[in-house]
Parts: sequence; structure tokens; C-alpha cells
Amino acid sequence: MKRFIAILSLLLLAVLPCVAQESAQDETVDVKGIIFGHLKDSYHWHIITIGEKEVSLQLPVMLYSKVSGWHFFMSDKLEETESYDGFRIAEEGAYAGKLVEVLPDGTELKPLDLSLTKVALGVIINALLLCVIVMCTARWYKRHKATDPAPGGFVGLMEYVVAMIVDDVIKPSVGKDYKRYTPLLLTIFFFILLSNIMGLIPIFPAGANVTGNIAITLTLALVTFFTVNVFGNREYWKEILWPDVPVFLKAPVPLLPFIEIVGIFTKPFALTVRLFANITAGHAIILSLTCVIFITAKMGPLIGAPMTVLSVFFMVFMNMLELLVAYIQAYVFTMLSAVFIGLSRPEEHHAKEEEVQVEKENSLTT
Amino acid sequence: MDLLIPEVGTIIWMLIAAGIVFFILVKWGFPIITDMVDKRNEYIDKSLDAAKKANERLAGIQNECDELLKETRAEQARILKEAADRRDEIIADAENRAKESGEKIISDAREQIRQEKEEALRSLRRQVAELSVQVAEKVVRKQLDSNEEQLSMIDRMIDDVKTGK
Repeated sequence: MKRFIAILSLLLLAVLPCVAQESAQDETVDVKGIIFGHLKDSYHWHIITIGEKEVSLQLPVMLYSKVSGWHFFMSDKLEETESYDGFRIAEEGAYAGKLVEVLPDGTELKPLDLSLTKVALGVIINALLLCVIVMCTARWYKRHKATDPAPGGFVGLMEYVVAMIVDDVIKPSVGKDYKRYTPLLLTIFFFILLSNIMGLIPIFPAGANVTGNIAITLTLALVTFFTVNVFGNREYWKEILWPDVPVFLKAPVPLLPFIEIVGIFTKPFALTVRLFANITAGHAIILSLTCVIFITAKMGPLIGAPMTVLSVFFMVFMNMLELLVAYIQAYVFTMLSAVFIGLSRPEEHHAKEEEVQVEKENSLTT
Repeated sequence: MDLLIPEVGTIIWMLIAAGIVFFILVKWGFPIITDMVDKRNEYIDKSLDAAKKANERLAGIQNECDELLKETRAEQARILKEAADRRDEIIADAENRAKESGEKIISDAREQIRQEKEEALRSLRRQVAELSVQVAEKVVRKQLDSNEEQLSMIDRMIDDVKTGK
């Protein structure tokens, strides 16, 4: 306990001069701007600010406008001149934060934006990293026989996670021919897990809020959506279009088929929003707690210093929690995908009913 | 609100980047790992099975050994008993034979003794007869000097002998 107090007071001492410096500048902290700046996508990747100089990675902008055709330029042009080549970043309105084309009559038109943004680059980095990790692991297996002793270290960890996901999630959820879907579901799991963890690390190559971007989660959910509906068997479509219910529920007004068809689309929607909302919320909380330091610093060292310590304590806690959430969300996404795939491959209903009847008869006779 | 609107450009980048990586991993990454994990599990199961079987065999061999030992013991006891029986039989046989041959020898000896006794008796009788004849001769010679009485006595005697025979 004494040691703890000593560390706490040391921390306070260390923080005090910083607080004094900060309060001297006397600026209001734009909490909303900071949080949304991180959560939203951007055209450049801000790495660090050294003194007055901002170090950031300039990314290529690619646009296709119906009016003026294709445009390619680097994102630093946007910062310098506010408007470049007839394009500028909208400050308000429906396209706030996005590039819009300013037409001669003053109206804003959104072009087809294919820019390699921060999130897009984050996806590429994460995908490459995942590729390296998994292929390195796979290489170990190529070089060893099944009779060799089990791997240790990182390969052992990967094997443990893979075996756990396969045995606990994929096998029971998908059912009979689960082996066909195992590689895809494992890839989804590891991509989400890696992206979640990379989102929590604040330093460049990591730090892009990939899984907190709804376009990414939507694409991931679409993968599940297509897998479910392309490989769904006849029984699955029969259950949707002509379910086993009293006839007045499906004809002449197709009430239940309508609900089932809506259900096809709500499943990927739920996947999309769940992952996006969880990651976004986690990031928002961590950033808010970080902002607490700078807000309370304005109130003077007496409030600022203890609040800083408290905030750091909560941030450590939140980061731990987010690490857990990173894993849980990847797990949940994979599990739900596996369940949806399993639901798309039901066995023949009649066979099941017969089995049940036989069982009933057996229990009656005994 | 614009956080909730998916950006088409991001979706396209995601489809390209993640699509390629997903394809690589689905095709060449994870199948190798899962196959190997399955194979190892199979191998472990097999090994366990083999170990179980080996243990069972070992237990079987132990049982067989015990059985064999038991059988051997029984055989040993049987052979010993047989030998003892045979020994007793031989001894009994020998005794019987000895008894028989002893009896035979004894009876032979008795017969011989009897015969010899008879022989001796016979020769004794003959000698006695001869001696008596000689004695009688001498007596007779002395008294046979024309004496009628003596003549009649000889006749009588001859008759006696005749009738005695």
C-alpha cells in the first residue's frame, strides 16, 4: 500500500509541470472533434505532432466525377489550398468530412470517391499482416509431419486459437459438412480480431479504426450473407418461401414468407451494426477518458492532477476491456456467421419428424 | 450521422484488399493448419488406441502366463502321482514274484527232501533186508543140518515171506 501511494504521488509530481504548461495556452478542448476525428475516416494519416509541425502520411485521392471525369492527386493539396481542382472537403451538410465537387453554380456534388483513405490503407496493412502471420504459421505445418511434437510459441498459440474456434464455434454451429466453411470462418475471425487489436494500438501502422467503420463491417457481413444464401440448400429456401405453417399464413397473402425474406437481410444488418457499434463505443470511451486529462487540466493543477491519474487508471482499465471486446466481437461475429450458415443447411424436415415419431412410439411401448 | 453511412470507396478497397487476402488464406493458409491439426488429433487418437491395445495385450499375456503356470503345476502333480503309483505297483509286483519264487523253491526243496528220504528209507530197508537175509543165512546154515524141524521151519518162513509179500 505504501508503495502504491509512493507511485501515485510520483505520478502526480510528474504530471504537474505538464499541467502548468497546458493551462498557460488557454485553449478550449474540442472533445467532439478529437473523438470524431479518430472514429471517422480521413484523407491523410496523422502520425504525430512534433511541436508545431504535424507529421502525417499523405494518401492518394482518386475521384470520378460525372461532370469532370477522373481526378488523381495527393491529399496534401487539399490541406494547403482548401479547394483543389474544383474539389474541397465539405464542412457541413450531408457530406461533411467528405470530398465534394463544387460546381460553378455553387452546389456541391459528391463524386465517386475511390481514394485510398486511412481506413482503406489500414485494411491493406491489416490484410497483409494477417497474410504474413497465417502463411508463416502454415509454413511451419508444411515443414512438419503430423507425428512431430506439437508446436510451441506463436505457432502453438495460433494452433490453440484455431482449434478452439473450430471445435467450439464452427463444428457445433455449422453442423455436418463444417469443413467446407472452416477456412472462410477462420479468416473472418482472424481478420476481425487483428483489426480490432490494431485499432487499439495508437501508433502508425496500427491505429486505423478499421472495424469501427461501417463500410468494413458491412462488407464482412456481406461475405456471410453471400455464403449463406449462395450455398443454402433447397430445404432452406423452402422454409423461407413455403414454411410449415397453416396455409392461411402463406397464401393468398404471403405473410410468413415476407417475414422470412426480411429476416434474410436483417441477419447481415445485425452483424454489421453489432461489430461497428461495439468497436466505435469502445474507442469513443477511451478517447473521452483521454480528453478528460486535457479538460481538467484547464481547471488548474489541483483538479487536473488527480483527475489525470484517475483518467489514466480508467484508460488502462478500458484498454483491458477493449482487448476483451476485440476478442469477444470477433468470436461473436464468427459464431453468428457459423450459426447462419448452419441454418442455411437444414436437414429434411420429414426425416426429423419420422425420427421423433419413432422415438415417441418407442417411449410409449417401453 | 455520417458515421452510419457506408462509403462506397471504402467498400471497394475492402473488397479488393480483403478479397485477395481472404482468397489466399482460404485456399492455402487455413486448410493446411486445420488439416494438420486434424491429422495430429487423429494420430493422437490412434496412439492412444494403440497404447490401450498394447496394455490389453500385456494383461492378456500376464493371464496366459498365469494359466500356463497353473497348467504346468497340474501336469507336474499328475506326473508325480503317476510315478508314485507306478513305483508302488512295481514294488508290489516284485514282492509278489519274490513270494512266488520263494514258495516254489521251498516246495521244490521239500519234494527233494521227501524223495531223498524215501530213497534213504528204501536203501535202508534193502540193507536191513540183506542184513537180515545174511543173518538168517548164518542162522539157517548153522541149524540146517538135517533137522526136520528146521526144514519145516524154512518152509514156514518161505511161506511167510511169500505171504508177507
